[in-house]
Amino acid sequence: MRRVHVTLLVALGVVGLLALDQAQSQPLNPYNAPPMIALGSGLAATGGHCAAPPPVAR
Amino acid sequence: MTATTPAATTAPGLVSRSLIIAVVAASVLSVALFAGPRSGLVLLIGLGFGLTLEGFRFGFTGPWRRMIQERDASGLLAQLLAIAIVACAALPLLAANGAELKGAHAPIGLAMIGGAFVFGAAMQIVLGCGSGTLVNAGSGNAIGAVALPFFAIGSFAGAWHLSWWTALGSLPVMTLKGAGGLGITLLGLAGVAALALVIGRRGSHRLPARYWGALLALAALAILHLVVAGQPWGVVYGLGLWVAKGVVAVGGDLSGSVFWSAPANAAQVEASLLTDITSLTDLGLIGGAALVAWWRAGLASPVGVLPARAWVAVIVAGLVLGYSSRLAFGCNIGAFFSGIATGSAHGWVWFAAAFAGSWVGIRLRPSLGLEARR
Repeated sequence: MRRVHVTLLVALGVVGLLALDQAQSQPLNPYNAPPMIALGSGLAATGGHCAAPPPVAR
Repeated sequence: MTATTPAATTAPGLVSRSLIIAVVAASVLSVALFAGPRSGLVLLIGLGFGLTLEGFRFGFTGPWRRMIQERDASGLLAQLLAIAIVACAALPLLAANGAELKGAHAPIGLAMIGGAFVFGAAMQIVLGCGSGTLVNAGSGNAIGAVALPFFAIGSFAGAWHLSWWTALGSLPVMTLKGAGGLGITLLGLAGVAALALVIGRRGSHRLPARYWGALLALAALAILHLVVAGQPWGVVYGLGLWVAKGVVAVGGDLSGSVFWSAPANAAQVEASLLTDITSLTDLGLIGGAALVAWWRAGLASPVGVLPARAWVAVIVAGLVLGYSSRLAFGCNIGAFFSGIATGSAHGWVWFAAAFAGSWVGIRLRPSLGLEARR
């Protein structure tokens, strides 16, 4: 087995992940997308990040 | 992050290279067209991270390992310089645009410290941290490719249990802000650099040209990431999200998890991965590393043979990497690089704990069959 086979397997996994995501996620809507640049957009940053403190149990 | 064996390979031709560049450009444009321009730009930044790390053969695990084993401080110094450059831009930006931009700010706690220590050990076992595992997997490293899915599973599970672990004991979030915060951050980085130079062997203050290229490119991309995405570079959230989507796809219920049922996270599980910042940069890291490895004709070398117990160790370490990085509020990217650069006190504690863990991980590798005993 060569490295190229490993990379191809990883690429296959990524394609599979994106296909699964496409099948089960809400459809993409570029007209609802945020502006290209967050800085100066006037919108609050809302993306998920590993450093974000955990949500409080309801 | 990977070595190539040019003697045994043939570099791709002009046509192949042009075709691949066209495919990459079309992919980025498609994402921008269907998911929005920010998604396209973030994917492009992620590709830049992958190109930089693989292209300059730079990372986070290797330099720590060389510092501990060989007292070669050069790689660690390059990391500290990159963080300092990002801090010089990020802290003023955050101070002036606190609503639009957010830092990698997290609380220091018992589980956070333990998680960072364990992460540091595990990253030396697989020779890949958060970014490193993605880059290694993309560039055809079998250990990285095997560790990656288990890293993602661990990240999903760690996020599920995060509230419980954090409740064991945490301080409030502490951040360094504004000019004073920047001064303290730079002093701290200078102090660590001075300590590394004192401990390091003679001559390790001279950074090779590729380190300069890597640190300048990483810093520029990290600042651009903050400006474009509104948040600093991170890795681990996206990996856990991929598994959360898989769990839902097979009929799993996430409502029992405080983390995954929280409105923002539940909405992201329902939304496309192409709208998630960390997923886009993670995919870009894999793609950028694969591109460089292919470009250099570095994919033709054979995969190394390891004993069965080594593969078991890689799988366990992958799970541990993912789980511990959630408890630690980030990996070497989200906590160490972005945490310190955006003024989070947890980044400094993460660094100390993970470095101590790395010392342990390096000593574990021979007994796990991953390298010859010294």
